[in-house]
Amino acid sequence: MSTAQTNYLLRWGDKKDLWKLDGYRLQGGFRSLRKALLMKPADIVAEVKKATIRGRGGAGFPAGVKWGFVPAGDGPRYLVINADEGEPGTFKDRALLTEDPFRIIEGAAIAARAVGLTAGYVYMRGEFLEIARKFEEAIAAARKAGYLGKSILGSGLSFDLFVHLGAGAYICGEETALLESLEGKPGRPRLKPPFPAVKGAFARPTVINNVETIAAIPVVLEIGGDAFHRLGVEGDGGVKLFGLSGHVNRPGLYEFPMGKNLKEFIFEDGGGITDGKALKGVIPGGSSTPILKPDEIDVPMTFDGLKSVGSMLGTGCATVIAEGTCMVQVALRVAKFYAHESCGQCTPCREGCAWMASTIDRFERGVASLGEIDLLLDVARNIKGRTICPLGEAAAMPVEALVTKFRDEFEAHVRAGGCPSVAG
Amino acid sequence: MQLEFSADNEARLGRLLAEYPDRQACLLPALYIAQEQFGYLTHEVMELVAERIGMPPGEVLSTATFYTMFRKRPTGKYHIQVCGNVSCFLRGSDRLMTALSKTLGIGDGETTEDGLFTLSAVQCLAACGTAPALQVNDTYYEEMTPEKVVELVGRLREEAK
Ligand SMILES: Cc1cc2nc3c(=O)[nH]c(=O)nc-3n(C[C@H](O)[C@H](O)[C@H](O)COP(=O)(O)O)c2cc1C
Ligand code: SF4
Ligand code: FES
Repeated sequence: MSTAQTNYLLRWGDKKDLWKLDGYRLQGGFRSLRKALLMKPADIVAEVKKATIRGRGGAGFPAGVKWGFVPAGDGPRYLVINADEGEPGTFKDRALLTEDPFRIIEGAAIAARAVGLTAGYVYMRGEFLEIARKFEEAIAAARKAGYLGKSILGSGLSFDLFVHLGAGAYICGEETALLESLEGKPGRPRLKPPFPAVKGAFARPTVINNVETIAAIPVVLEIGGDAFHRLGVEGDGGVKLFGLSGHVNRPGLYEFPMGKNLKEFIFEDGGGITDGKALKGVIPGGSSTPILKPDEIDVPMTFDGLKSVGSMLGTGCATVIAEGTCMVQVALRVAKFYAHESCGQCTPCREGCAWMASTIDRFERGVASLGEIDLLLDVARNIKGRTICPLGEAAAMPVEALVTKFRDEFEAHVRAGGCPSVAG
Repeated sequence: MQLEFSADNEARLGRLLAEYPDRQACLLPALYIAQEQFGYLTHEVMELVAERIGMPPGEVLSTATFYTMFRKRPTGKYHIQVCGNVSCFLRGSDRLMTALSKTLGIGDGETTEDGLFTLSAVQCLAACGTAPALQVNDTYYEEMTPEKVVELVGRLREEAK
């Protein structure tokens, strides 16, 4: 059975002016917030739990469960929306922020009602400056119309939202590094526990969610948690944005229910591989997710589905690689990225990432020896599990997969004294 | 001469303080305001920021140096930033870099003598579905080709006249 595209989130194609307040209201905007304001906070959390929406930032933690961790109490409590979108290959949040900002604002206000939050920050990567300016205009319009600020729509709920710009550090996408950065410090991840739900921004209870997770919340309230869950698969509910980039005929952003088949996505919706070439590999969900070979992609795009083939759903944005591409080059770009972005506070990550990048560079230049292949795998394995945050692992996993699955290409580089392929 | 923020920027700083529960949290936005006004962040600029926020200058320096988007030296009027990550690489970003190097006569990280252009290879810009992508200052250009980048440089040269 072929799964058709849906348009719960990806809906701006035929809806004009969605990014303006009037256009948004015309599409039923803020109805879910009105509903939420009449519900008991615990009942909203219960709906989000029923929806089983797993975190869209890549880790897949159920949003409702996370909301439930925030202890009851008074005083400031924060929402942080992660709009850092830096994982290479990923391009979904930028579209949501640009095309449907009020959805995110509405989702934020609902989260505030559900968990009892007093203020929120949208942490956007610095490169999104122009989007940030427009988003601030949307916030101002929402505030003026009473959807944010003091006593939202006369309900007594007070919650305001601000944009905070990062400044070019991928690590600030990691939630605790993000909090450090929000507080004006270098973005170095914190040790957990304490978890942000208990002690987050400004040492107060904090909910951190990805842009897409928050954008889906108004949908959950509109159709109900159970109905949202049923759109997807058991335990991994709803719909999600999926991306295609690289050597595919129809790159871009798509929306499907959870469980869409990855192979079908690439070959049917994506129109197959460019120039009629054969498929060589797929990086399924951002550059930290281990590459899959063509015979491994007949799987449902769910958190568990990708895990069953030794990879991860990640951000759901897949990079498609055709025959003729040099996989040593691909590995080099991936390894260099993480080496550049390591915050440096853990030795295995700092030294290991730099070492992997310089060793792969030696293969690319044709000066490596065959023995360095196993050394590379050893270094990758030694990073894993010995770091403060998951970046070390995010660097080691894709390198390990590329070297293991395309070992012959690393060997060919040694024998040829450089890159034997012309393409790439 | 003693550095000062413009009256407008003083007002912006004042508004910032109301958005955060703690002064240090204004540091990143304040550094952006300073960079906008002074072009890049010298020690004097960072000291001014430190004084306004009420933080030790050393801490301002350590935060400013952590982030690549805070410039510590002059940059061309147009900063061309070409993504070289995997999705853009697969769609020909190396050819964009070559074409730009050739037409500008500079390499990665360099600035033209007239101070008009700086060229940098950058990491993924979250525009992979419309690769290859680049930014000129804060504006995105997507689905680029070597021809289009050369034309873009021509247009910017005209605009700067
Ligand atoms: C190195 C690293 C980078 C990350 N980058 C992002 C990011 O850019 N955007 C994002 O939403 N989550 C990112 N995450 C995941 C966050 O730490 C966090 O899990 C997420 O924001 C939680 O939101 P969610 O549960 O709604 O997905 C990153 C994690 C790591 C380890
Ligand atoms: S794993 Fe790497 S990025 Fe994460 S805290 Fe350690 S050094 Fe920093
Ligand atoms: S890889 Fe170039 S924009 Fe993502």
